[in-house]
Amino acid sequence: MNAAAQTLVVTLDRLAHGRTGDKGNRANISVIAWREEFWPVLVAQLTEDRVAQLLAYRQPSRVQLYLLPQLQSMNFVIDDVLDGGVNNALNLDSHGKSFSFMLMGLPMEIPSSWKDRLVGPP
Amino acid sequence: MFEFQNPTQPLRIGCGAGFSGDRTDAAGPVVQDLMEGLQTVGGSAVLIFETLAERTLALAQLARVANPLAGYEPLLLDYVRPVLANCLTHGIRIVSNFGAANPLAAAQALAELARSLNLRVPRIAVVSGDDVRAHPEVLALAQSLPGPLVSANAYLGAQAIAKALNAGADIVVCGRVADPALTLGPALAHFAWALDDWDALAGATMAGHLLECGAQVTGGYYADPGFKDLPDLAHVGFPIARMEADGSCTLTKPQGTGGRIDSHTVKEQLLYEIDNPAAYITPDVVADITAARVTELGSDSVRLSGVKGHPRPAHLKVNVCHDNGWFAEGEISYAGPRAEGRARLAADILRARLPLLSLRVDWIGVSSIWADDAGAVLSALPDAGHTDVRLRIAATHQDKAVAEQLLREVNALYTCGPAGGGGVRTGLRPRLALVSCLLPQASVPSHFEMWLPDTMGVSR
Repeated sequence: MNAAAQTLVVTLDRLAHGRTGDKGNRANISVIAWREEFWPVLVAQLTEDRVAQLLAYRQPSRVQLYLLPQLQSMNFVIDDVLDGGVNNALNLDSHGKSFSFMLMGLPMEIPSSWKDRLVGPP
Repeated sequence: MFEFQNPTQPLRIGCGAGFSGDRTDAAGPVVQDLMEGLQTVGGSAVLIFETLAERTLALAQLARVANPLAGYEPLLLDYVRPVLANCLTHGIRIVSNFGAANPLAAAQALAELARSLNLRVPRIAVVSGDDVRAHPEVLALAQSLPGPLVSANAYLGAQAIAKALNAGADIVVCGRVADPALTLGPALAHFAWALDDWDALAGATMAGHLLECGAQVTGGYYADPGFKDLPDLAHVGFPIARMEADGSCTLTKPQGTGGRIDSHTVKEQLLYEIDNPAAYITPDVVADITAARVTELGSDSVRLSGVKGHPRPAHLKVNVCHDNGWFAEGEISYAGPRAEGRARLAADILRARLPLLSLRVDWIGVSSIWADDAGAVLSALPDAGHTDVRLRIAATHQDKAVAEQLLREVNALYTCGPAGGGGVRTGLRPRLALVSCLLPQASVPSHFEMWLPDTMGVSR
């Protein structure tokens, strides 16, 4: 059996869920593991750099990741990404409420053996 | 006689609204649940309404300028009317920031509501001190703002709320207070915690954080069919926290309501609008959730414990709002063959016609929110032949007349633009900008006064 057959690529929403909050022109996006065993994969693959790259076109000035292993949760804090925020943005989603779902579409590589433990329709 | 302090008895705090504009039928089941708790296990109960987002207070201040009797939460009476009789009869205290920019007028409206319902006139405490427009440092800041100052409000802490409850207030009306203070205030009064019992203060603060957005901890802003399924979200129940003497809490919701409380709904709300999880800064305490535990005790019952606290900051956060020109937007739809091409042509026409405005363009049906203001994302997309596209454009300008040109040009697309454009909608509104600053806590004293119906004023 080769290495490729032992892993599987799925979107993040099969492993975790999350929510966006806002304060002024700063957004925070939580990413919360559905199961304890998913946590190390989240930490390994969902990095500050990866999120910064995803949002680069919105020109955030800083992406900071805080890890909460006790809660198997990550908190990404992203500065100057809301086009000015709720008072200033021309964007319809001035709160950035929809941002968590941008993360949820990211591909993640997991062991094939997790196939039956994933959340969502197969 | 009315003292709230009762540390050996249970304290339950329910949330009736999580933002200005929240449902007005949510508090009813919460109050029923609180009443049943009082009958079965006794103790004390509090109903909170959190109705003041970052910009809500500036809008309320504008309303007060237009009408001196306005400036409090517009839905105030709709929130309180359905539950006031039960709250007064069963001693369920009400604590809220629904006073917004005019807590005194809110108190008067509540007293009149009680009278109109043939209830006794409630003891209503009005918390003040948050309006810092006259503070020397704010006056200095106002000089440097690009537009006239509209509002300047400090986020007050929980102490005035606690004192008002211990003085016998049935209802505590606040303007700007830190949202979790609506929960911490009652807990402080009930448990008589020392003001430097940091872990207890931090625990109740995070309990307040879980409660303050209403349904966001019981399944609202959460459901995602196939991935995050919930029962009966149309009748989602609002949260109730049973507070413990060490600051920990257990969240539940009223029997028979929809939604769910489990470890996942709680974790999502725990991290909502959090920056550094080791330092959630409030006026009363700096909370640290890095060692917090979220434990499912049973169906719709989750315990939050292990929150740590650090000494309160020396400064209060102040939100300063000022006028900042005008916000204009307009929309028009194209459908059928070549709809996307016609929408693109319409956008090009508007750009040519409105050289004074920097336009944000969205093609609803293709991309409505994730693109960038500069338009790089959309201009990189080839015409994919979408057959139902709603063009949206938005811009801001300091000069109202210039902003209005956007509305006129979108409307003119009916006859001067591409074929088959329909459904024009336009809107123009004043724009507020928000600047935050810090003021020393000692320079922003807060206090409460009992509202006296006879004098139509307040007194100690």
